[in-house]
Amino acid sequence: MALLEIRNMTHWFGGLRAVYNFNTRIEPGEIRGLIGPNGAGKTTVFNLVTGFYTPTEGQIFFLGREITGLRPHQIGRLGISRTFQNLRLWTHLTALDNVKIAYYSQIRYGLIGAFFNTRARREEEERIDHEARQLMRMLDIDQYAHRVVSGLPYGIQRKVEIARALATKPKLLLLDEPTAGMGPAEMEETMAFIRRIRDQFNLTIWLIEHKMKFVMGLCGWIQVLNFGEIIAEGPPEEIQRNPEVIRAYLGEMVEL
Amino acid sequence: MALRKALTPLLHWFRTRFGHVPVGAWLLGAAVAAFLERLLGPDLAYLLGLGSVPAIFGLSIILKTPSLIPSVLVFVVLMYVIPTLVVAWLSRALFLWWEEQLSVPVYVFLHVLFLFLVLYFWSQVDPYRLLVLRLLGINILLTLSLNLVNGWMGEFSVSVAGFMSVGAYVSSVFMVWGFVHDDVFGPPVFPEFLAPFAFPLALILAGAVTAVTALLVAVPSFRTRGDYLAIITLAYVFIVKSTVENLDFIGGPRGFMNQPEVASFTVVFIWTVLGIWVMWNYVTSILGKATNAVRDNESAAEMMTVDTRKVKIVAFLTHAFWSGVAGGLYAHVLGYINPSSFDLRKSAEILGMLYLGGLNSVSGSIVGPVLFMFLTEILRPFQLAKWLVIPVILIYAMIRRPRGLMGFQELRIPFLTRRQQAKEEARAYGVTGN
Repeated sequence: MALLEIRNMTHWFGGLRAVYNFNTRIEPGEIRGLIGPNGAGKTTVFNLVTGFYTPTEGQIFFLGREITGLRPHQIGRLGISRTFQNLRLWTHLTALDNVKIAYYSQIRYGLIGAFFNTRARREEEERIDHEARQLMRMLDIDQYAHRVVSGLPYGIQRKVEIARALATKPKLLLLDEPTAGMGPAEMEETMAFIRRIRDQFNLTIWLIEHKMKFVMGLCGWIQVLNFGEIIAEGPPEEIQRNPEVIRAYLGEMVEL
Repeated sequence: MALRKALTPLLHWFRTRFGHVPVGAWLLGAAVAAFLERLLGPDLAYLLGLGSVPAIFGLSIILKTPSLIPSVLVFVVLMYVIPTLVVAWLSRALFLWWEEQLSVPVYVFLHVLFLFLVLYFWSQVDPYRLLVLRLLGINILLTLSLNLVNGWMGEFSVSVAGFMSVGAYVSSVFMVWGFVHDDVFGPPVFPEFLAPFAFPLALILAGAVTAVTALLVAVPSFRTRGDYLAIITLAYVFIVKSTVENLDFIGGPRGFMNQPEVASFTVVFIWTVLGIWVMWNYVTSILGKATNAVRDNESAAEMMTVDTRKVKIVAFLTHAFWSGVAGGLYAHVLGYINPSSFDLRKSAEILGMLYLGGLNSVSGSIVGPVLFMFLTEILRPFQLAKWLVIPVILIYAMIRRPRGLMGFQELRIPFLTRRQQAKEEARAYGVTGN
């Protein structure tokens, strides 16, 4: 059974067709790539999968269950998490609090526990605190635990965002341009990092990326989106040679 | 500048001598001072030619009749400064010993107890102080609960006066119907001696009814963000006011009185502490911190499994509940309410306290009302002109500290900070345990 299956997904923003007849199957353990020129609709696909938009047509299945039309926090609970293209951390909070809040759906004490500081709440918060720190240690960001995130370096903020996404215990992690604003050295590091978390946390990863070298080195299967439609898909070597893809990308380059 | 220069050696002396006297010892010192004032204050005031005990450290007397400044100074030094310093200094070892021996909750409780004693003795001297302190407790509840919505959640609500009104009327009707012989509600339903015991029930009922009416506001306005909540809550204040004015059985615009005297200082103090404790617990829990997540980035909160709609409604209803409770206390402290005591000016006053104290801060919500009421009370001799002076002070405070005095930070209490550091070190090295 595929982890994620999307059937004939189409989305209109008013009169603008953002995504047209999108189909895919993602198998467990994969690192899948979604590429395409600016404005091709990649982020819209992610927003549709995570419930920020409801597709105009089509269905989305996660672990065999239809998730079309669910709200993001419900989809998050089922095991899909994501990072955002422009970091969306909770800027007034510390890195540790950013990670801890993502345990929200795993909290079992109720409002009574929160208001009256019951033993159940104290034990549970202690456990989550411990787990969150451990998670941060695994990503080498535990030394920033008590720093307010808005003051952290950009690269660390990215990692905090990934730690936060991992705290929801996802099976599928969507990364929206994980290397935005990075140099070549950091890019290599990020590739290794993504492989590592895939293995460590038993993840399936679906990522959007602009940098060809990055996607080619990391993904086993790549889909290319242009004007909301898939124009090609296949393993990296094939995609690199595909004339349609070259036209979509080079067409852009020539104008420069 | 000259003043600061003159004070520096004094401050230095004070810091080296009294720098590490624990908070608890200060509270004990103040309690002793307040107790002494209760015993000897009136006589001393008479001897010094002050007439009666200066209500708020003699500050308003100074403004009214400057010739009494020496007497006031002597009174303050003899009555407050010396006893407090002596007792704090002598008892410091005891508190340091307690800090090691007692668990944190017990030690904190001890502080609250001493604070209660300070305020209790201090309030017994003068009915005016008693009234001001009870209103202060109520204002703290209102400010803190409003802070949940305006600070932690980052929305803008002005409905606090409306919530107070609902709470005040609901609790008043319940208490008058149950325990007072009244023209409208007839003879008391229950024996009158039960009134103090039923009062907590009346307050909880008041809070609950307020929360239910708040739900009507919350459900439509939380589907979107922005100015909607401000506008809807504004409407709420007016709707409540005109509803009450048109209900004849609770007096309409004439107001409603005969509330039994059940809101003593002790009762108000207990409810204030309870409210602070409950709201503090909430905002320090992960469920409560999710409110911050909604404020800082709602869509990220949604994706990280936070049920944002629920979080928003909980924060708003908690605000409504505690404002309703505070309204109930208010009605019974004053023993008379009318619809226009809960108009937009009341909301504006609470908003002033909130923004003076600072958003997103429990200690700010205590500091704000304390300072605001202190100002309004000591400036009383200026009469109407105080409403020219106070806004200027507020504007100055806003220029110097745009986030409010305590915005986005908490007051650090030394012994709690020490405990927390020890715990933090244990956690950072991966040692778990309690």
